[in-house]
Amino acid sequence: MGRYVVRRLLQMIPVFAGSTFLIFFMVYALGDPVAALFGDKAPDPAVAARIRQELYLDQPLWKQYLHYMGQVLTGDFGTAFTGQPVLELMADAFPVTIRLTIVAVLFEVVVGIALGVAGGLRRGRPADTTVLMLTLVVVSVPTFVSGYVLQYLFGVRWGLVPPTVPPEAAFAQLLLPGVVLGLVSLAYVTRLTRTSLVENARADYIRTAVAKGLPRHRVVLRHLLRNSLIPVVTFIGADVGALMGGAIVTERIFNIHGVGYQLYQGILRQNSPTVVGFVTVLVLVFLVANLVVDLLYAVLDPRIRHA
Amino acid sequence: MRGGVRTRAGRVAGAVLGLLLVVAVGGCGGGAGGRVPGVVRASWGDPQNPLEPANTNEVQGGKVLDLIFRGLKKYDPKTGAAVDMLAERIESKDAQNFTVKVRGGWTFSNGEAVTARSFVDAWNYAALADNKQRNASFFAYIDGYEKVHPESGAATAKTLSGLALKDDRTFTVKLRTKFSTWPGTLGYPAFAPLPRAFFEDHDGWLKKPVGNGPYAIDSYTRGSAMRLSRWDGYPGPDKAENNGVELRVYTDSNTAYADLQAGNIDLVDDIPSTQLRNVRKDLDGRYINQPAGIIQTLVFPLYDAQWNRPGAEKVRRGLSMAINRGQITSQIYRDTRTPATDWTSPVLGEKGGYKAGLCGAACTYDPAAARRLIREGGGLPGGRVTVTSNVDTGSHRVWMDAVCNSINNVLGDDRACTVNPVGTFADFRSRIAQQAMSGMFRSGWQMDYPLIQNFLQPQFGTNASSNYGKFSDARFDGLVDRANAESDTAAAVATFQEAERILAERMPAVPLWYQNGNAGYAAGLSDVALNQFSVPVYERIKVK
Repeated sequence: MGRYVVRRLLQMIPVFAGSTFLIFFMVYALGDPVAALFGDKAPDPAVAARIRQELYLDQPLWKQYLHYMGQVLTGDFGTAFTGQPVLELMADAFPVTIRLTIVAVLFEVVVGIALGVAGGLRRGRPADTTVLMLTLVVVSVPTFVSGYVLQYLFGVRWGLVPPTVPPEAAFAQLLLPGVVLGLVSLAYVTRLTRTSLVENARADYIRTAVAKGLPRHRVVLRHLLRNSLIPVVTFIGADVGALMGGAIVTERIFNIHGVGYQLYQGILRQNSPTVVGFVTVLVLVFLVANLVVDLLYAVLDPRIRHA
Repeated sequence: MRGGVRTRAGRVAGAVLGLLLVVAVGGCGGGAGGRVPGVVRASWGDPQNPLEPANTNEVQGGKVLDLIFRGLKKYDPKTGAAVDMLAERIESKDAQNFTVKVRGGWTFSNGEAVTARSFVDAWNYAALADNKQRNASFFAYIDGYEKVHPESGAATAKTLSGLALKDDRTFTVKLRTKFSTWPGTLGYPAFAPLPRAFFEDHDGWLKKPVGNGPYAIDSYTRGSAMRLSRWDGYPGPDKAENNGVELRVYTDSNTAYADLQAGNIDLVDDIPSTQLRNVRKDLDGRYINQPAGIIQTLVFPLYDAQWNRPGAEKVRRGLSMAINRGQITSQIYRDTRTPATDWTSPVLGEKGGYKAGLCGAACTYDPAAARRLIREGGGLPGGRVTVTSNVDTGSHRVWMDAVCNSINNVLGDDRACTVNPVGTFADFRSRIAQQAMSGMFRSGWQMDYPLIQNFLQPQFGTNASSNYGKFSDARFDGLVDRANAESDTAAAVATFQEAERILAERMPAVPLWYQNGNAGYAAGLSDVALNQFSVPVYERIKVK
């Protein structure tokens, strides 16, 4: 187990190096960010030259990359164009997005699995069909549509919640955005749970459990559900990374100043230190989430062991 | 064995989840939220640059400077006239050597007196290339600029030789050339005075800037909000009518608009184009739509020989006449733009040099004349023209399509004009800088100060800083120089307009439309207005 974790952590190093390399080159390939700093005016050559020098932009690309990675390894993610260290931006943004992700994941896990179980146990009956139809609708509506619609209905029309999230972004204030963010994944969780449940319901061990005379809730929760959750856990693990990086749309709609906001601003202004720094951390989040998923397999399925 | 793996794996997973929770919850705290009586809650965007006066060249940072700084002059929000604020008088006998007398009794909100030195130090800081101020070029008119700000290489002087302190309240300015209307430029925030704290504790100052304006900053959370309250010790005539201003950062104008409708914010100064149709009804008339000092043009790349051959000016004028501006501004922009008929802006006023219709027939939609002119001029180069702009903001894509459709309809050729959208503003800017354009490209000019000079010289003077199409005309340059040397303002304006008529003949850039500023506000506010820079005049807003 310990060796397994160490091996996985070591495997992360090349993945991490490779992905940062790609991100770095893609962002820097977008062109010269200094030109945009002067608005509609022509850049002042003396000032532009000094800014380029300060940001290391006057060096060849490979040197810039080595310099950047050297900085990152010492824990310095550089400085955004506003003069703020990227690390400071991260300290502001990540807690907010993590809270949002927690709300979204909790929502999709609790509601999604409940709906999946409800559908899977009543396969082919009206309840099941309704759940399937609902998830189909949810999957086909893009986040920005559901976001603006729910914001308008709950925030403007009915006035139940403020339409936007204040800067402190506490859990209670993130409920609506969390629901919007988790909505599409919720549909997948529901469908995965349902399918997996239906499949496992015919398995021998379920028949054995029923034959043993175990109470129904015990059969469903301990035996059927637990064994059916493996694909769901895999999905959620991958989804945590996707939710954190993919919150750009939701964060914009609800004016949440998290990772998505910083990425959006960074891309719009071609603020390479911000974009590369944030994406690098997101890559790490993704890798760790995947590791946790693999470890959870062992919890859920005794047949899987990590040596 | 089994149990061991289970619990240990579970523990690791649990630890990671726990860690995430700690990080997430730890970030909580601060910020009371909610409404403070008498405070205006207004929409804001994250300033692009650090909030130094000479480093701020966009509206969002400009809002803050407007709240916390007052310079020698201030532009009247209604008339645009530069009126004396901290200046007791600015005198010159030869339009080149100016003596500035600063009013007594002014202080910064930290108690430090505003003296002549506060100005001279601030200007020297702004001009020095090492300080990387985006607006350093504003000081290029002052003698000695090329020493502190050489195009390349190190600065050979630390201070501008044209600035000299006379006494506590007087300093002199020597300009490089004659520039009679120069005092009219001094309302721009880049010319603001700075307290000693700016130089002595620069990082601290940037975290919480201190100025001499009607408001003082209470707290500033970068990237999300700034709270300002009225500074009761403010000595100026334009004291704040409300208790304070809270600026909130939005990245999406639709979101800000939803907040306004829900009563979560009081003032939104960028109404999303998709809502323009409903805005009057939604807000029950609490909507402002007024001219701002911004003109959008389509520039021709005159560095490309195809566009600069003899006769090409006919093609350029023909293209201008093939654009149905009125239809585009009313259909797409719902009259938040006005068809342009000169190269300045209505905010200058008649006296300031705006002249409706100066461009004449060349800016009037006339399909038959357009076809004739383009044919006489030898047709479009290669039979084609492209329209290029960034499309990441400002719904540029929509009007670009409309302009091309208009041209194509006039020429009866579906492929004559094509749109060339560029993904980001930065990419667009660098293509312009590399002179990589082969057809018309958008240029939006937001004035720095309400003078006709600011619309003409930087954009169309030979080798001027923002002359992206590389237009060059000796007559134009001569008239601009003459106008700058003219000591009588009316005569100067008339000479500038004479120069502008050359633009109508040669059409280096097609004027499209004047851009308006717009804003919507909550029922509790009154006396809401925008100034010429489309910034709300916060200090005049009354809160019920």
